[in-house]
Amino acid sequence: MTEVTYLEALRQGLWEEMERDDRVFILGEDVGLYGGAFKVTEGFTKRFGEQRVIDTPISEAAIVGAAAGAAHMGLRPVAEMQFIDFISCAYDMLTNYVATARYRAGLATPLVVRGPCGGYVRGGPFHSQNPEAAFFHTPGLKIVYPATARDAKGLIKAAIRDDDPVLYLEHKWLYRRVKEQLPEGEEIVTPIGEARLAREGKDLSIVTYGATLWKSLEAAEQLEQEDGVAAEVLDLRTLLPLDDAAIVRSVKKTNKVLIVHEDTRTGGVAGEITARINEQAFEWLDGPIMRVTAHDVPLPYAPTLEDFVLPQTEDIVKAARWLAAY
Amino acid sequence: MARVEVLMPQMGESIAEGTLSKWLKKLGDPVKRDEPLFEISTDKVDAEIPAPAAGVLAEIKVQEGQTVPVQTLVAVIETDKSAPVPVAAPPAPAPPKAAPPPAAASPVVPRPTPASPVAAPKGDGGETAEERLRKRSTPLVRKIAAEHRVDISAIPGTGFAGRVTKQDILGFIEHGAPAPAPTAPGTRLPAAAPSGPVQHPAVEPWPGDRVEPFSKIRKITADHMIMSRRTSAHVTSFFEVDYTRVAELRRKHKAAYAERGVNLTYLAFITKACAENLRKHPVVNAAVSGDNIIYRADVNIGIAVALDWGLIVPVVKHADELSLVGIARAINDLGERARTKKLSPDEIQRGTFTITNPGVFGSYAGAPIINQPQVAILGVGAIEKRPKVVTLPDGTDTIAIRTIGMVSMSYDHRIVDGADADRFLADMKRTLEDFPEGAI
Repeated sequence: MTEVTYLEALRQGLWEEMERDDRVFILGEDVGLYGGAFKVTEGFTKRFGEQRVIDTPISEAAIVGAAAGAAHMGLRPVAEMQFIDFISCAYDMLTNYVATARYRAGLATPLVVRGPCGGYVRGGPFHSQNPEAAFFHTPGLKIVYPATARDAKGLIKAAIRDDDPVLYLEHKWLYRRVKEQLPEGEEIVTPIGEARLAREGKDLSIVTYGATLWKSLEAAEQLEQEDGVAAEVLDLRTLLPLDDAAIVRSVKKTNKVLIVHEDTRTGGVAGEITARINEQAFEWLDGPIMRVTAHDVPLPYAPTLEDFVLPQTEDIVKAARWLAAY
Repeated sequence: MARVEVLMPQMGESIAEGTLSKWLKKLGDPVKRDEPLFEISTDKVDAEIPAPAAGVLAEIKVQEGQTVPVQTLVAVIETDKSAPVPVAAPPAPAPPKAAPPPAAASPVVPRPTPASPVAAPKGDGGETAEERLRKRSTPLVRKIAAEHRVDISAIPGTGFAGRVTKQDILGFIEHGAPAPAPTAPGTRLPAAAPSGPVQHPAVEPWPGDRVEPFSKIRKITADHMIMSRRTSAHVTSFFEVDYTRVAELRRKHKAAYAERGVNLTYLAFITKACAENLRKHPVVNAAVSGDNIIYRADVNIGIAVALDWGLIVPVVKHADELSLVGIARAINDLGERARTKKLSPDEIQRGTFTITNPGVFGSYAGAPIINQPQVAILGVGAIEKRPKVVTLPDGTDTIAIRTIGMVSMSYDHRIVDGADADRFLADMKRTLEDFPEGAI
């Protein structure tokens, strides 16, 4: 066992897949000689060569378009968005072209688009976004969002092996903050579409993913210590397709649900989860389904304002207390 | 007659107040159940609030643009078609265009109360706010209730606004009876007494103020106190009692009592003195029902216990049949279990007279509010050594140091006249001042 960071785990996953399968290649801005803005692909050019680690022009549309073409031709591209905020430039390629290819033309598009997401790093509106809701609505895509080092590795490997296009959302605040002992030599593949019970509880369920998993776990600990409230924490890991069975299982156990995500509120993933619980487990609810999310504003630069806009541990504690007492 | 209250709802977490943005109905308008009544906006949501019952919009308490705390009374719907419809509520909005049919002369004719003393106060079709509150429950609780054939309204709720939670209903099913939560059913009304929610007027909170909804016990107490004030014609009489003899008896026998595990308090003597004399003055141990007086067969004395979370009144049953040690033991036991929330529901019911003892906090004398549907409550003032003029056997007067305390009794002048009350108090005073040593 060695302790690896979330970023190192992701790097290992990419490396192992490129070693395992020579159809896998990487393309993106500054991913080659520079090693990527966050150094995820540092050393890859030296090992795999410029043919498999391709520096591209600054055009997200071109990156995803080239990756889609390569995927149709039998390769397994992993496209990096230097910051996930700019995936919107490739929105047309992903939603109109990539997501529909199998349905329109029977074309498999086994590509991965990955990039650093999220705030808590004072990055402001262009370098802190969480784009999942924009793609969550698109049939034909899969979306994974690891929160732990193990899943950072396990999900990149699963995404690369998947025959459908996968958005792999990685959280830059977790890159070097989250560490975990991972076994050497053992292959870690996290199945897409399976949530993980991160903490057992009986009084209410906190359903979350990404960086807010850690805020939720902190909140659950505080609730246990200060209130004697046992909160269950479910890490979704995959957003599309959602693991309805895991969510419903937890609802039937605790009967109260708090959904936490870092993305903004309106039209966010929490709304869809709420609707599914209503459809599948309405009679098991002992309280309204509540949300803790970012406020509906572009993320401010000012540290105090960023802290206010993004969900914090105390916001989760407060909402959970209210729900527990309901 | 059935009046259904419409309250400002809580529209989400951490929302303490809402603004009434628009009335969709006018005073006197007929409304259907679930028909939008008014619009509200909070800092999180805007919503139309449906009418909780069918009837006529009888009162408007909150005007457009006003911001009030959640649970504030916003309107009243009269569900009884024959009830007089008000021409305008005190804070009249626009001139009442939709003039109601000209009601006979005065709109405030008191409606005759039902002749039968046991007529339930709830009307046809309409339910009281208490009933609606009790039935408001989550899908899970309704599901469990249906599976176990349990009536949700019979379960005391510990959730927000008295909502029955999963724990409440599971506990109820498991134990078969409501857990003795910190509620005070002893102070709540039996069916025969005039019941119904009380409208506590809204007060505008100022910036920085903290607005906290009533706890269940606070709501019951608040409603009960107002209801009692409105129901009974309160009069209070004050008597000074010389406890010197009781103090001496206490001093002599305290250790012997302690050996038997009983704390011999002044309150035990006072309760004993009340119990002895209530039998002789049945009108003080009574209730009013319509135009009837119910003389209670039992003498059950409630003892008010102040808890950190409110007030509860456990009852010493058949106090007139207990010895002093029996009374002292009962008071010790009930007080202790009130503090540890271990009272069973029947131990806080069927009181016929109440004693409250604010003297332990130093109060000289008070004018307590009657615990309905009883007709008298005794307040015990601080007991301490005070100078007192006494007449010596040779006829000369002197000032002596005596153990003195006030007792005050609020009584319902509808049936208890001043003479009745004072005769009872005089007898009680005499019993205490000449307390027979044989009764120890």
